[in-house]
Amino acid sequence: MKLVHAVGMHARPAVKLSKLAKQFRSRIALRVEGAADWIDAKSVAKVMAMRAPFESTIELVATGADASAAIGALTTLIANDFLDFSA
Amino acid sequence: MAAENAHNRVFGRCASPGHAVGPLVRIGPASDSGRRPGVGEVDALRAALDAAARGLTALSARAGPQGAQFLEFQLALLDDDTLVAPAFAEAANDVPADAAWRRAMDALIDECRANPSPYVQARSLDVSDLRERVLMALHGDVPTPEVPPGAIVVADDLPPSRFLEINWSRGGGIALSRGSAMSHTAILARTFAVPMVVQTGALPNAARALLDADRGLVELDPSKEALRAFAQGEESRVASARAAESVDPTTPLNYRGEPVHLLLNIEGPESLSHPAAAIADGVGLMRTEYLFLGRNGAPDEEAQFAAYCTVLRWAGERPATIRTLDAGGDKSIKGMSEEGEANPVLGVRGLRLSLRRPDIFMPQLRALGRAAMYGRLKVMFPMVTTPAEFEAARTLFRQAVAASQAEGRDARMPELGMMVEVPAAALRIEDFDAAFFSIGANDLTQFVMACDRGNGAVSHLYDALNPAVIELVRRVADHGRASGREVTLCGDAASDPAHALALLRFGLRGLSVSPNALAAVKRAIRECPEARVV
Repeated sequence: MKLVHAVGMHARPAVKLSKLAKQFRSRIALRVEGAADWIDAKSVAKVMAMRAPFESTIELVATGADASAAIGALTTLIANDFLDFSA
Repeated sequence: MAAENAHNRVFGRCASPGHAVGPLVRIGPASDSGRRPGVGEVDALRAALDAAARGLTALSARAGPQGAQFLEFQLALLDDDTLVAPAFAEAANDVPADAAWRRAMDALIDECRANPSPYVQARSLDVSDLRERVLMALHGDVPTPEVPPGAIVVADDLPPSRFLEINWSRGGGIALSRGSAMSHTAILARTFAVPMVVQTGALPNAARALLDADRGLVELDPSKEALRAFAQGEESRVASARAAESVDPTTPLNYRGEPVHLLLNIEGPESLSHPAAAIADGVGLMRTEYLFLGRNGAPDEEAQFAAYCTVLRWAGERPATIRTLDAGGDKSIKGMSEEGEANPVLGVRGLRLSLRRPDIFMPQLRALGRAAMYGRLKVMFPMVTTPAEFEAARTLFRQAVAASQAEGRDARMPELGMMVEVPAAALRIEDFDAAFFSIGANDLTQFVMACDRGNGAVSHLYDALNPAVIELVRRVADHGRASGREVTLCGDAASDPAHALALLRFGLRGLSVSPNALAAVKRAIRECPEARVV
């Protein structure tokens, strides 16, 4: 999943992403491709501080009953909503 | 930027442009009255978080869409279990709720500050804003005192929620001894058109303050002369904004039947919010020095790339000309300019400095090469003296683009041009294989007339329309016409309507002027007799 965002994950997309993640019961984690640590997608603080450079690839992992629905929803959000340079 | 300041003049960095004068109101950090431990700490913390959430929700309702967005981030933090859980765990062990909360938030603040991204660093202010809001609820403190409308608010730093509590409808401004141009408060200030200066260092007490945020200037207890100059400036700014509104942006300009391009000089993406920006034919000069003036030294490639993309996106179909770093001379930048030069104006500055400092130049060229994919980017080099310098810069640019492409990033060579400000370059203009020329009238005049324009004792000699200067301007304009290369002129000379008309008479068809001057110049060109000959 390519992230088209100038300096990475900003406060607003972080809020959107963590809010959406919280709607699912699965545990959801994400990271920038190749990064050492997985980040809890439901924590706005952790998602915001994630360093995701422009055009970086984001990896998502979910475990739980609604895992595939969660991945689908978050992938759509990242693809549609984060194509934007503004803070 | 200069931290050593004269008695009542303090210089910082512009976070939001504009001018204001008013009573100085100082806002201190919230007091911490402490709290007795032991009684229902978990309940107290829960109640304080709820109260903070209610307060933020109420504030959002009147904060406007941008403000509401920033407050939404704080609300989401309140709802972040990984963040709040440690505080509740401590409170359950009878640690006082305020201490537990402070520890949890301070951990996040430290984490933000240690993050390499200046954007995340700037979020520490949002977190401390939230920390204080909850602490106030825990302590039952009354909110901080009312700020009268029109005041110049002085503080160490100002959180966004505090900004939104102040009534800005009757003007006012902000001066912060620390602060950041990347904070949410700075974005709000730009949205609400509240002038704001950051990173001023210590700000002494005063009854009144004058803010010239464009220059990063805070004047404490301003003199009568300063106030008079402010009032005059205010009149011309109002006139300029009015003129901008009355100019029809759709009709293109012409002079003797030839199209005229009227472009904008900008310091950075912030300048594009000026009302006159909408009627410009593009950006004729984006100075990049401002990007390098932050407290964190040179911006990395990503930060520059973001700034350039913002300008290109704004420009859309219009051209945007970005000048590479023009440090040195009278614009010294700490850690970059040469120290101890006897005559810095004729020393290592502009392209001369960039060629000596690939550590600074290459990241800028890489960012520009990548940004070139996103619009009509034109790049020019400052203080070019010989064709060999220009070709050396072109070679480095090709290397930067090739390196980006080798890493799998999209990048390309933009159109490459040069500033013509050194008389040697103007005299031998046909030796330069540049795609376009931009005459830097300020320096060219200074060099041709051998006259420091900042020195009042010789200012009568500083004349951009002196025949000696004009001879060089004509030479460049004629060469451009004969060889099919675009020539524009940027500098204060073009910003005076009468001077601008004279420059068109001398053969120029492109002028780049400051946002405040653009509308008046546009109108003067439209109304001159030569514009009617089609």
